[in-house]
Amino acid sequence: MTKEDVKQIVLDIIAEIAPDEELSDIKPEVRLREQLDLDSMDFLDIVMELRKQHGIEVPEDDYPELASLDSCADYLLPKFEAKASA
Amino acid sequence: MTSELNGAHYDCLVIGAGMSGLAAAIRLAMFDKRVLIVERHNAAGGLNSFYSIAGRKYDVGLHAMTNYAPPGAKRLPLIKILRQLRLDRDQLDLSEQCGSKIVIPGYSLNFSNDFALFESEVAQVFPEQIDGFRRLVEHVKSFNETALDIQEESAIAVLREFLSDDALVNMLMIPVCYYGSARENDLDFSQFVILFKALFMEGFARPFDGVRVIIRALLSKYRELGGERKMKCGVREIVADNGHASRVIFDDGTEITADKIISSIGYAETLRLCSDQPGDAGRDNTGALSFVETITVLKKQPASLGWKDTIVFFNNSEHFDYRRPKDLVDCRSGVICFPNNYQYSDERKLEEGFLRVTALANYDRWAALTDQEYADAKDQWYETLQRRALDFLPMPRVRDKEHTTPPMVAHKAQARLVLEQYTEAKDMFTPLTITKFTGHLSGAVYGAPNKVKTGRTHLDNVFLCGTDQGFLGITGAMLSGISMANLHVLGAG
Repeated sequence: MTKEDVKQIVLDIIAEIAPDEELSDIKPEVRLREQLDLDSMDFLDIVMELRKQHGIEVPEDDYPELASLDSCADYLLPKFEAKASA
Repeated sequence: MTSELNGAHYDCLVIGAGMSGLAAAIRLAMFDKRVLIVERHNAAGGLNSFYSIAGRKYDVGLHAMTNYAPPGAKRLPLIKILRQLRLDRDQLDLSEQCGSKIVIPGYSLNFSNDFALFESEVAQVFPEQIDGFRRLVEHVKSFNETALDIQEESAIAVLREFLSDDALVNMLMIPVCYYGSARENDLDFSQFVILFKALFMEGFARPFDGVRVIIRALLSKYRELGGERKMKCGVREIVADNGHASRVIFDDGTEITADKIISSIGYAETLRLCSDQPGDAGRDNTGALSFVETITVLKKQPASLGWKDTIVFFNNSEHFDYRRPKDLVDCRSGVICFPNNYQYSDERKLEEGFLRVTALANYDRWAALTDQEYADAKDQWYETLQRRALDFLPMPRVRDKEHTTPPMVAHKAQARLVLEQYTEAKDMFTPLTITKFTGHLSGAVYGAPNKVKTGRTHLDNVFLCGTDQGFLGITGAMLSGISMANLHVLGAG
């Protein structure tokens, strides 16, 4: 598992919950909200899908960590790795 | 006799399979909650259901689906719903309205799904009010109506800060009240904003096959997600222990338990199920406003008779009175709707013409009638409402010569003759019909006058969604179910 894999997982989830968004040139360092029309309901769905599809828990206090693809990768990679080695 | 559900446990029980309950249940099933939805009626949809008479399907609630959002639009309620419920917009098969109007004697304002039309109409009809109107629109746009902690304000009072001509204030209030106000002669400004945006800034659309298209889309999504549903299954009691719902008893005696309960059946209606509440709980917050509606099946498309509007909101004077009438019906104001007049794609046309007329009605008066009186009152008010509608519609145009009436017949009488001649079938529903479909006390279409925005009740695991939580219309109802499921069940983990 690499950071790129994590970014792809997040992108796949966004594609599922917001199929009307264009995801081909998302800049990983820029906040997702600045590039996409995502609101708090959509972010809740990203969190819910991470739990449902990958068993990853994101507590509410950590939601800001999901701001950009880069920050998602930094924050989620250790969780995926812990999951894999568990 | 109890059912096979006896003794079952659920993560969440949803009471009522209307738009809001179905939306809430879909959200929960989507994230693997074990959810059961129960509905006392035999059909889903609640207020927005449909029924059949003599092989014809009639919609109960739907004139129009408000909150239209075109493909690619951002941040509008309809887009949020499609995302949250993972529905494809094609499943709803929405077509936009042709155009609607608000009419009072001496004034007429046209509007469509292009807000610029409405603004130019106001500028033309009320030139001295247009600056105030534009400031009002800015205020509405910047208002966050979905916040759960807004201070209540009188909508009329706010409108008068911007508009000095009460004729215009009343013209704005007619559609807003008829399409969602649970309060007599006024409403909370945040509710006004929700409705103003839904009706004028977003607009009207309709699925070609009516409201059942939306119900079917919701039911099939819920089924796909593995959600359980039990029809003809009402809740008799929510057993409360120390501020907590410990179990639920259905009408047939079946008992189940659920960690959480979301009720879409109304504020007072929910309280009255709770074992720790008196039988008249919530009586200071029950709705008084109900309606009658006539449905006329026409042998022709309305447009071929010269009736091209989608919806006409009318009132017979500059003063608008929106309250429970003393008589069975108040026919001074109302709504005329032609479901044919939408821009259906591929030149589809509804097979028959439809004319629907809605007006305020008094539930208690209708409820007190004997069967014979009820049937007679329906006939009488059907005729009265048809006449009233003809006052606000253009003279019907008939091309085929054989149908023209003698020239000495007065215009109004002639209009009535034409309408009669082209009537294929008729029906009328009353406040009692509404109670039958929704279970709302007093046939109160828009529920309780005071909304419970947080959805919380006196029990820590029972929550409200739907009409009494305060988001309105079909789109609003679904958004309410989604928000309450997110906030009270999913958000909490």
